[in-house]
Formats: sequence, C-alpha cells, structure tokens
Amino acid sequence: MSSARAQIVGVGESAYSRWGKIGDVTEHALACQAISRAVEDAGLSMDDVDGLASFADDRNEAIFLAAELGLPALRFGNMVWMPGGGGGCAAVSNAAMAVETGQAEVVVVYRSLCQGQFFRFGTGGVSADAPGEPQVPSLQQANSLLLASMGFAMPYGLLMAAAAYALPTRRHMHLYGTTSEQLGMLAVTFREHASRNPRAVMGGRPLTLEDHQASPMIADPHRLFDCCLESDGACAVVVTTPERARDLAKPAVEILASEQGAPKGYGFGPFTNANIADELYATGGCEEMANRLWAKAGVGPADIDVAQLYDHFTGCVLMQIEDYGFCPRGEGGAFIESGALAWQGGSLPTNTHGGSLSEAYIHGLNHVVEGVRSLRGESTSPVEGAELCLVTSAACVPSSALVLGRK
Amino acid sequence: MSRRFFPDNMPPPMADATTLPWWQAAAEHRLVVQECTACGHTRLPPSPICPECRSDAADWREVTGHGEVYTYTLVHRPIAAGQELPYAIVVIALEGAGGVRIISNLVDVEPAELAIGLPVELVWEDMSEDLAIPRFRPRHNSGAVAESRRSRTES
Repeated sequence: MSSARAQIVGVGESAYSRWGKIGDVTEHALACQAISRAVEDAGLSMDDVDGLASFADDRNEAIFLAAELGLPALRFGNMVWMPGGGGGCAAVSNAAMAVETGQAEVVVVYRSLCQGQFFRFGTGGVSADAPGEPQVPSLQQANSLLLASMGFAMPYGLLMAAAAYALPTRRHMHLYGTTSEQLGMLAVTFREHASRNPRAVMGGRPLTLEDHQASPMIADPHRLFDCCLESDGACAVVVTTPERARDLAKPAVEILASEQGAPKGYGFGPFTNANIADELYATGGCEEMANRLWAKAGVGPADIDVAQLYDHFTGCVLMQIEDYGFCPRGEGGAFIESGALAWQGGSLPTNTHGGSLSEAYIHGLNHVVEGVRSLRGESTSPVEGAELCLVTSAACVPSSALVLGRK
Repeated sequence: MSRRFFPDNMPPPMADATTLPWWQAAAEHRLVVQECTACGHTRLPPSPICPECRSDAADWREVTGHGEVYTYTLVHRPIAAGQELPYAIVVIALEGAGGVRIISNLVDVEPAELAIGLPVELVWEDMSEDLAIPRFRPRHNSGAVAESRRSRTES
C-alpha cells in the first residue's frame, strides 16, 4: 500500500514576529496568507483545495476560511482533539487519512496565532498586575471537562505551562541527575540553528550557555531560555495523493507514518493530572506512540537523518529524545551534552529552523514545514543527503508524530 | 477562618457535578479520594467510572493528609496580584490513599528545604466561608515520629 501514501507538496508561512506584534492584520487573514503561500509553493491553485485541517482549538474555523479563500467546495474540515501543541502532526495525519481514503484530494493544514489580539496563554484571565474588584472567593461552575480538570490545578496557581512542565522535568532531574546546563545546551544549539534562518524571530540574538544560566528563573528548573517564544504568525502545509503529487512544482515528501494519542490514564498530562503512572511521569508520555510509529514506518531511530522535535520547554525535548529511543531512558542529558543535536557534527541534527525556542511558536506546525524543507534541501541549516525526518508535536500532553521521507 | 497563604483573587476552582462532592468535602476540611467499591481502586480527580474495572459504584475515602513531595516547581511569576513570590507548586503522593497523588502548594517552606521525598502534612486555607483549599507544609520530625508511633499502634 506504500504507493497510496499521502504526500506533502507545499509549505508556506507569514512573517513571524514576537507575541502581540501583529495587530493590524487579523489572525484569519494571516491564516489565509499562509495557506495561499503553501498552495503556491506546491504549484497548485486554490481551486484545487477541497479540505482544511487544524488543531489546538483553532479560532479560525475551516468553514469560514473555505469561504474567504473561495474554495470550490469544502469536502473535509477537521479539528484534532490532541490539545495545544500536541495536535500539529495529528492534523497532518488526519489530512493524510482524508486523501488516502478519498474524502478529499488536496487538504491544507494550517495554524495561525495572534495571541496579542485575544488573550495570553497561561493567565487564566486573571490579572497579576491589578487585583480587580474585590470578590468573595467561591467555587465556580465548570462549563467543560477541561475546566473541571483544571479545577485541580488553578487554585494552586498552576496555569502557566512553564510551571506545569517543570513538574515532570524536575522529577527527571531527581531520578537521573539531569542538569540545568544540559537543558541550556539544547537551547543554545537551537539558537545557533536559528542564526542562519531569516524567518527566525531570534535569528539575530546569539545565546551562550552563560546567558542561559544567567537568565531569570520562571518556574524552577525552567529559566527564561528554557521556555519557547510566544509568537504571532501562521504557517500551512499542503497534503495530497501520490497521483496529484507526481507533477507538481517541487519534489514531494512522503508521509511514511503518522501516529497520535496518549497512554492509559494520561488525560491532559501533568498539567492537570498528578496521577500519571509512575513509570510515565518523568517522560514525554510518547514512548508507546513512538514504538507504533517506528513499526508502521518500518524504520527506527537510528535511521533518522534529521529531527524536528516540538520544543515548548527544553526538558520536554529531552524526555522526547528518550521516548523516541534516540538514547536510553535517563540518558537524554548526556545525549544533549554530546552535541548530538547540532546541525554540524551532530548524530541527530534537530530543529534546524531554531524550533519554538528560537524560530517561532506556531504550535509546532512550523516544525512540519521545516521537516519538509529539510528533506527538500531547502533548510537554512541543511543536512546533506537527508532522506528521513522525524517530526513530533508537543510531549507531556497527548501528542502526535510523523516520519517523513524523501521520494 | 484559617491562616491565609494566597490572595483572594487567586483563580477559583471550577467544578462540575462529578467533581462537586470533592469540593464540598474540602469545604468541611475533609480531604478525600474516590474509591471504587467494586475493585477498591482509588482515584483523583473524581471521575464517573472506575478506569480499572469500569464500575460506576464509588465512595469517598478520607485520607490523613500526610504524604511526601513527588515533584515540585518553585514559581517566580505571579498568577494573582499581591501574591508572595516565589511560591511552590507540588505534587504530593498521599499516604494511605492507594497511591493517589494530588497537585497543591507547599507553604511555610524555605526554598532550600524543597525536595522530592520531603514529608508533608495537610493545611487547609479557608479562602472564604464556603471555599477551602488543601495545601501542604513540611512535616517536621516531631510529627513524623508521632505518626509512625500511631501507625505502629494501629498495626
């Protein structure tokens, strides 16, 4: 059935900027821009597009975008359950399923973020600057399962992702002796990759390990430079059938395998769930899924030439490296310290665009874009002859991943 | 009213009908976990059916509030105005709760004292007459000795 596998044929993005910098263009206009550029990159026309997919409670609903973009018909409109950054690869996976089963022929996966126009993640709508009107503290009605679950985190001030994912990372440090310097090396490596990427928000801002160690503590062990950027911007990828992919503008990249999901009892992950199984707690929660992914792709971690790993926080990347089997459990720190993730000389060049730590935070769909570019030879930190790329979505939440291959 | 550790404008808990009984018990200063009456599996947060045996029969088991720090983070950014910094968010492994853990805060603790494995005890914070939040503080030796003596007597 390998000939029936879906292909990625186009990628595109808007300009990326720091959080709140894009105020004069709406988030959905930015989505339209990224989608248009990805379709153009593929050598297709908007008249060819019949499906749209996104994730992470996207505010820019496919039904409206389909009208705005003038799609002849919307045959497939899909939203992923895997939360936040966990769903980017799953949205691509769903698009692949749609084209492989004939639900649609050309599906564009998109993500647009202008947080400054809405609210900032991690605040829960509470102002830390002004106390507001005095109110008697009282139990509130949860209008969703997520909010009922957050009820066991919010009253403790656990609203900021930097604090939530510090919890499994701190336990990893306790169990295996992982150090802040090892986490810092990861951030420094990705920043170095960003230095060649004109799209990267932090492209002109070199980072040293000393800078990392001197940066303010946000939520121990997370210092400022362990945390990803908050960005405004949009990106998109075009998924189609092998038949349509054959004669397009650029070489197609094949989706060799995709997986999504969560292990038993995981819920939203450590953000709201203190009762993740002990053997899973200090991991990214992706090991089972990774094993399924490798089995499906018919390749293993040793075969991967370049990786784009979701990097909301340095510790979550470290735990993913172990989950996906690039090194044994507990040895992620030493693996990073060995220089393995570096573009030049590393055994696993990772986040060649700079990642969410240094390119932009577009909920990791930009990692899929970079995965495609790294196999097309279009990356600004190119890995010579790369044929296989692992792309992951956020770990420590229900997640998803892709193995991409050059045709 | 109890001692206060956090300001009034901390984000309030939200509950639905499944989790409401837990918060009602908290308002009475009872820390409970949900226990499946069919297989004995304990769970938190409350949920409609037992994830192990899928029975919907459950009861509330009150626990002592003793436990130890399973993991922690010391947070340097405020969530609510007027909040003292830094503050500790912890996961506590509760004793006598069938392995159940709970997210909470550690109060009355020096940052240097914060460590995985630190023995802790429950302290209720009455945010108002109707809302009590369970937090934890280090359980110092005297308490630990008293507790171990009590468990010996019980066994």
